[in-house]
Amino acid sequence: MLANEALNTKEPATGIHPTRFLLMLMMVSIFMIFAAYTSAYIVRRNEGNWLEFNLPPGFLYTTVVLLLSSATVQWAWVAARRDDLKQVRLALLLTFGLGMAFLIGQWLLWGQLVEGRIFFAGTDSNPSGSFLYVLTGVHGFHLITGLIFLLVVVWKSFKYQVHSREMLSIGNVTIYWHFLGVLWLYLYLFLLLNH
Amino acid sequence: MAANFPTQKQVQGGIGATEPGHDHAHHDEHHEQSFLQKYVFSTDHKVIAKQFLISGIFWAVIGGTLSSLFRLQLGWPEATLEWLTPFLGKWIEAGKLNPEFYLALVTMHGTIMVFFVLTAGLSGTFSNFLIPLQIGARDMASGFMNMLSYWFFFVSSVIMFASLFIETGPAAAGWTIYPPLSALPQAISGSGAGQTLWLVSMALFIVSQLLGGVNYITTVINLRTQGMSMSKLPLTIWAFFLTAILGLLAFPVLFSAALLLIFDRSFGTSFFLSDIYIAGQALPNTGGSPILFQHLFWFLGHPEVYIVIMPAMGMVSEILATNARKPIFGYRAMIGSLLGISLLSFIVWAHHMFVTGMNPFLGSVFMFLTLIIAVPSAVKVFNWLATLWRGNIRFTTAMLFSIGFVSLFIAGGLTGIVLGNAALDIQLHNTYFVVAHFHLVMGSSAFFGLWAGVYHWFPKMFGRMMDEKLGYIHFWLTFIGVYLVFLPMHYVGIAGFPRRYYAWTGFDTFSQFADLNKFISIAAIVAFIGQFIFIFNFFYSIWRGRRATENPWNSTTLEWTTPVVPGHGNWPGDIPAVHRWPYDYSKPGAEEDFIPQTVPYSQTQSSNLPYEKEME
Repeated sequence: MLANEALNTKEPATGIHPTRFLLMLMMVSIFMIFAAYTSAYIVRRNEGNWLEFNLPPGFLYTTVVLLLSSATVQWAWVAARRDDLKQVRLALLLTFGLGMAFLIGQWLLWGQLVEGRIFFAGTDSNPSGSFLYVLTGVHGFHLITGLIFLLVVVWKSFKYQVHSREMLSIGNVTIYWHFLGVLWLYLYLFLLLNH
Repeated sequence: MAANFPTQKQVQGGIGATEPGHDHAHHDEHHEQSFLQKYVFSTDHKVIAKQFLISGIFWAVIGGTLSSLFRLQLGWPEATLEWLTPFLGKWIEAGKLNPEFYLALVTMHGTIMVFFVLTAGLSGTFSNFLIPLQIGARDMASGFMNMLSYWFFFVSSVIMFASLFIETGPAAAGWTIYPPLSALPQAISGSGAGQTLWLVSMALFIVSQLLGGVNYITTVINLRTQGMSMSKLPLTIWAFFLTAILGLLAFPVLFSAALLLIFDRSFGTSFFLSDIYIAGQALPNTGGSPILFQHLFWFLGHPEVYIVIMPAMGMVSEILATNARKPIFGYRAMIGSLLGISLLSFIVWAHHMFVTGMNPFLGSVFMFLTLIIAVPSAVKVFNWLATLWRGNIRFTTAMLFSIGFVSLFIAGGLTGIVLGNAALDIQLHNTYFVVAHFHLVMGSSAFFGLWAGVYHWFPKMFGRMMDEKLGYIHFWLTFIGVYLVFLPMHYVGIAGFPRRYYAWTGFDTFSQFADLNKFISIAAIVAFIGQFIFIFNFFYSIWRGRRATENPWNSTTLEWTTPVVPGHGNWPGDIPAVHRWPYDYSKPGAEEDFIPQTVPYSQTQSSNLPYEKEME
């Protein structure tokens, strides 16, 4: 009877698990935050009094690190499909490490920006610099939520709750992590094109 | 059978589609929940809905009290308000209301009414209560996130409420918090700690709205019962669904703007500030753009007014059809117009900014798009009127409020066409004409939708009926009161009287309106006091009202197939399947004047239309 209710009493919908659907909607709202910031950036830039400076080349390295972590999280997902839990943990922890490396990289790049007298705030700051800090900072905040999510799934894998028949959580973390990667790629390209 | 399944324990508030639901055997052995689980940290959508409703009523009383206070000032500018000292303390100076506190009152009235009453109180209550009941689901997709949504709202409410009592006063830069006024504590004392608390509170409020909104959307898309296709959904659900989508897209943008404003205020950035001299001192900020804030704010702000009005539209459609005993006229056109309004709401925001010095060509584009909104709005109005036309109308309290909604929506909508024209708006901008317009079309209308919803669904919420006679008194007092308040405001506004002014007696042009303003103030305060009839009726009826039956209004939708007071899981047995649309009222040939959605065509052969014969 219980199984009946799950399968037969519902109108066929998207075929996506509701939790995954919730996650996707949250990704939409996260994207809207960045849509607001990037369009505000363009509007503000067109008004003039805009300090032009070169984007530190280091952003290319952090971008590559984050894209690599997308590959490792995908590896974890594939390993989970094959019930290879050892590889799942290894790949997830690798992803976590790369995510941390990305964040540390972003932090060091902030330091470089400050050395180049591009400030977030204060009398010498200009909105062009402040926007760069806000975009990277808010993205970094969301990346931290992704790191926490990764740790939760690692924990679940140790409790044998991640395997080929329980793909929901690892699938969700994979989707979310790819989303954060693509979001960063969008921001990076946006900054490259608008500098 | 069920006992074989190991997952049985997970039933509570789990995930709908794969959640093993309650069946008979399990439901009986269901253990009693503690008081805290049942009424405070509940994951049951019905309890959360009541929490939102009662919080909303609390906020409405606060918001109404604030408006009565500033109406006292506007109606009797020469009077001494010494008698308010025990209540307002130092904000009464030598018998006069502090002018800065007057601005704070206006600001907090707007904030509370728009966000805490008409967004959280309206959507929060009825989306939560009706979505699972009307689509045939056990609960929301995530009961836990739904609970978080309420408690984020609660914390946000506590912070906003606390800000009313701090020494420098609450936020005072208007509910639109335009910088630089909202960014500089030197400019107005409310922009100090009060504005900080406002921003923190709103940030939490946005989190609450997003947690709620993603749940509503997921539930509507994924958890409909068998047969409940999107084209068989009651219009309430369509309205709540689209409202949630608007919130999902608009609220993050407000969050972005609020975050930038927080950086400007507390961290020394210059997103919105540039070249400001204040009290003879030059500020270091350069390069900011206050207009940018307005763009970001109104990108939320305009959809926000539809977030407020669309749930009311949905509920009114449902209540009008039920009590006119007629199918809603133009069901698909109603859905289409909701879709149209939702889409247009995102591309009209700059009509709030006609006087910011924008390119006149851009202004005319926004004017054109704004005026197009009249089309779906008129479709809705004509459909409501056509639904009433030659209906077998039952004047229940909910019906009166729904008809009142239509009346107010027309009265307020017409002036929207005036204000949407850039050339006219430049004259009328920031006058009482604007105040009258939005209070009718969005404020009062949405409130009428809220009341209609409460009177209509009260029996399902509490198992008792609200008192009809008190309801009539409440309706007529409010309906007449609202028109007496806002119709004269149009006149004052056309004469050029600006909004947010503490007093106008200093200007000869406006002193002739002293009597009219006194009249508006008396009407507003009487109408506000009339609301206590509703509050008494509400709380009295929870415990002492006449007992309700399962389906007191002879309605067709699914919530009326549940027990008088539905328990956790909504239906004691299987979830009913749906066979027909929700508006089979007075169908020719049918035995009764309503056919519930759960009745298959095979049982109604006498009333089936030719194309329905095939589905028998």
